[in-house]
Amino acid sequence: MAQRAVALGAGALVAALALGPVAAVLWRAGGFGAFAPGDGQALRFTLWQAALSAALSVALAVPVARALARRDFPGRSLLVALLGAPFILPVIVAVLGLIAVFGNSGIVNGALEALGLPGITIYGAHGVIVAHVFFNLPLATRMILQGWLALPGERLRLAAELGLGPREVFRVVEWPMLRRIAPQAAAVIFVICLSSFAVALTLGGGPRATTVELAIYQAMRFDFDLGRAAMLACLQLALALAAGLVALRLSGAAGMGAGLDRVVPRWDAARRSARALDAAAIALAALFLLTPLALVAWNGVPGLADLGWPVWRAAGQSLGVALASTALCLLWALPLATRWGEVMGLLGIAISPLVLGTGLFVIVRPYVNPVALALPVTALVNALMALPFALRILRPEAEAIRTDFARLSAALGLSGRVWVTRILLPRLRRPLGFAAGLTAALSMGDLGVIALFADPERATLPLQVYRLMGSYRMEAAQGAALLLLALSLGLFWGFDRGGRNAGA
Amino acid sequence: MLALEGIVAGSEGFELRADLRLEAPGRVAVIGPSGAGKSTMLDVIAGFRAPASGRVTWQGRDLTALPPGQRPVATLFQDNNLFPHLTLHENLALALRPRGGRLTAEERERIAAALERMGLSDLSGRKPGAVSGGQASRAALARVTLQDRPVMLLDEPFAALGPALKAEMLAELARVAGEMEALALLVTHDPADARAFAERTILVAEGVAAPPRETAAIFADPPEALRAYLGA
Amino acid sequence: MRATTIFAAAMTCAGAAAAQDRVLTVYAGDYVASEWGPGPKIEELFEARCDCDLEFSTGDLLPRLLLEGENTDADVVFGLNTDVTRRARESGLFASHGQDTSELTLPVDWTDDVFLPYNYGHTAFVYDTDRVDMPPQSFEELRSAPDDLSIVIQDPRTSISGLALALWVDAVYGEEAEAAWGDLADNILTVTKGWSESYGLFTDGEADMALSYTTSPAYHLIAEDDDTVKAAIFPEGHYFMVELAAKVASTDVPDLADDFMAFLLSEDFQSMIATGNWSIPAKLPREDWPEGFQALDLPETVLFYDEDEAASRKDAAIEAWRSALSR
Repeated sequence: MAQRAVALGAGALVAALALGPVAAVLWRAGGFGAFAPGDGQALRFTLWQAALSAALSVALAVPVARALARRDFPGRSLLVALLGAPFILPVIVAVLGLIAVFGNSGIVNGALEALGLPGITIYGAHGVIVAHVFFNLPLATRMILQGWLALPGERLRLAAELGLGPREVFRVVEWPMLRRIAPQAAAVIFVICLSSFAVALTLGGGPRATTVELAIYQAMRFDFDLGRAAMLACLQLALALAAGLVALRLSGAAGMGAGLDRVVPRWDAARRSARALDAAAIALAALFLLTPLALVAWNGVPGLADLGWPVWRAAGQSLGVALASTALCLLWALPLATRWGEVMGLLGIAISPLVLGTGLFVIVRPYVNPVALALPVTALVNALMALPFALRILRPEAEAIRTDFARLSAALGLSGRVWVTRILLPRLRRPLGFAAGLTAALSMGDLGVIALFADPERATLPLQVYRLMGSYRMEAAQGAALLLLALSLGLFWGFDRGGRNAGA
Repeated sequence: MLALEGIVAGSEGFELRADLRLEAPGRVAVIGPSGAGKSTMLDVIAGFRAPASGRVTWQGRDLTALPPGQRPVATLFQDNNLFPHLTLHENLALALRPRGGRLTAEERERIAAALERMGLSDLSGRKPGAVSGGQASRAALARVTLQDRPVMLLDEPFAALGPALKAEMLAELARVAGEMEALALLVTHDPADARAFAERTILVAEGVAAPPRETAAIFADPPEALRAYLGA
Repeated sequence: MRATTIFAAAMTCAGAAAAQDRVLTVYAGDYVASEWGPGPKIEELFEARCDCDLEFSTGDLLPRLLLEGENTDADVVFGLNTDVTRRARESGLFASHGQDTSELTLPVDWTDDVFLPYNYGHTAFVYDTDRVDMPPQSFEELRSAPDDLSIVIQDPRTSISGLALALWVDAVYGEEAEAAWGDLADNILTVTKGWSESYGLFTDGEADMALSYTTSPAYHLIAEDDDTVKAAIFPEGHYFMVELAAKVASTDVPDLADDFMAFLLSEDFQSMIATGNWSIPAKLPREDWPEGFQALDLPETVLFYDEDEAASRKDAAIEAWRSALSR
């Protein structure tokens, strides 16, 4: 039962890391603070935008994921990697990219004006949703694509043998998979959007788009009202856990059973209407997701020449942090790839980074100089924050492997070590590669908790982007953002590709 | 008549050649060592594998480019013949209405009759995991009868059953194929199955599917490859 | 965890090697010590006169200091603003700066003996002369500007400049502040978390005007040789923004901390800080400013709430902004 002990230990560590800092902040504050008048409205807006963003991201991801699952075309793997990019961009960069497309002086309005049509505005509640879909559609797509690729080939073969039409294939084969995968993907996205703040504010166009996280920021940074910050953080945690539990219930349906990994083409996809549908889904998603990225890249090129040593040093440090986070996150995720583990994992993104950082600061400060720990702490927190994503990716297949091979392994009397190294890891390679890529890229792009700890020598690349912007060097900041984008994508692509090649 | 004309199919260094004709109706066994290409041949007929060259015809019509569901062919696989998350009734309903829609009263009766004939009437609301192996095999056979296609491909469908049950299922299969006036191809590695079921037998060995011969004759005077396989 | 320990050990050794000198630890806002902030020049100039090692420690300034309390490592704090000085003063962590402030060249009187100003500016809306032909000439004109003049501002709940704007509107309009915000609402494209995001939107051409500082044009003029960025000057007055330093009472190097306070008002520092921090020096006559700064349009009227006034007006000023813009 060593495996169980490891899983319990890993779970306890997540809980301690997520809840410990909140407790530390509470202890420091001497108790919970009070609600403020605007909090009710902030809570309503937070819930509304998170629910809608999650639902739309998942709904739109379904046709895109299906198209990617059943079509092969030149550049497909590159496209799949690139589609992941919005999710891993630093918020400020992605927002500027979106505004370059949909903003008042963006290319969409430019085109509308040239055609003599009235312009559109991105600012408002709909802008918040567009931005959140931009960030999370790729994540939802990849999670659901993973589910599609894990459909047992035998089912598709039987469906083809029966000559099932598209509607029936969906009902009989695909829907049961979606019922399992979609609620969990939606829960993860809901929790991400719960703690949205800068995006919601900037594109929401003003105080109507106030979220709970903004109130936390205000309490923490401006009013130094730790009790209030801790209380709001707990509220956010409770919402996230509730979302996780609902998703767990919804996705409780039985699995599809074992398949034998035969690669079977999709015979139902040959008809012309299906082709057109898939082509449209892929093209629209690519256009929506890649145009802002292309503009970020394009705007960044002139600034590349201005990047000095500090930026390159930060890039190196960010790479180190990203690789450390990745190793840590995967080690953590493997024992937690279970139903309850996944709910636990949500704690990692549910907790406000500001509260997390402050709590950690309070905890480590009596023992070491927190500044010296800036990078290790960042790596640890990034691993914690990437954990829910890694678990979402790993769990379905890890569970399938457990159910499919548990009896065989028991019959063979495999030891825990042999089970992990010979069965679990090799069969998990594809999702492991994806999870590693996502973790590494997220860790590259995430500011995490470094703001409270950082010093001039120990900066990550996203922090340098903000510093450049804060010193009027917008062009160099855009260059650094391009570098960040390239490095994040490179890590993502490398890991993901490694996993897929090994699995082929 | 089902014809394989100059078929070459395979993957990763393995190749199967087949050039043969099968009269319909009829019961044919496909026998030969593991890995010789028996399943490959069935996949080519069913449309799960496109041949590198050659063509498959049925009554003179070229099937080679058709997807599996549009061929006059029904297949029973080694396993996974039923969706595990649907009841037996729902599985059979799919065979009749693969494109969805409500069952007509007549279709309901057909399903009930097929279940009845297989002795499964009481189990129609169960999922495949909740019935015995023999019952699941019969349900799969009922599915094939409902599909009502003139060619039946059977890829060792009863390999997991015990000898008595297997014999019973083969008899059932022979009866069903006879009623449907179908051409039934049974892949097996057991000569007894071939003798019990098939009028004619195709030997697949060393990447070549030989034209069919009378079953009794081929076992009375086995060719070299079959003799090696039988260990005689 | 093992990597962490090794890392921490390595850092401790590195610290020990440098500790032969006496160390002055300066807590500063994050932007200060980056290679693009004034930190490196401050370090160079001060170390030349103190025979010590100046170490910046950056991050969230006041939250960190308040968390650490009496145990703080800070000897000096650099980069506070008036809107947090009350809170900072109440902590009792600071000692008197001991400098003569009568010679300061600020546009307001300064008598505080704890928080020492080293540079200042004013809130202002900046625009690009290539894009805006007819900038508003007053706050009133801005209120009644056509809807297609777009402005980006910062959130007063998350940004110091945003809070300064809320106080600015409050100082100009008083009880009428909410109505003024209501008139401005049509022109406000969006509200951002911090100054950087707003300024990014402005330089990208998304907004015509951005809430920034009267000193912003100096950066473009001096560093980019670009004279198209201007600050619109309003006769109603502009809100005063000053940056402050203070000596931490518990410092173990009080003489160095005192010397640093003196250094802040020295000519070395004052003549560097204009282009080092893109702000107006606190103790330097206008004729000694760098050329680009002398060319700046500056307001005649300067509005300023001292910390007690600011504290008492703050909630109402933010609420006026929030309720008018929430409609």
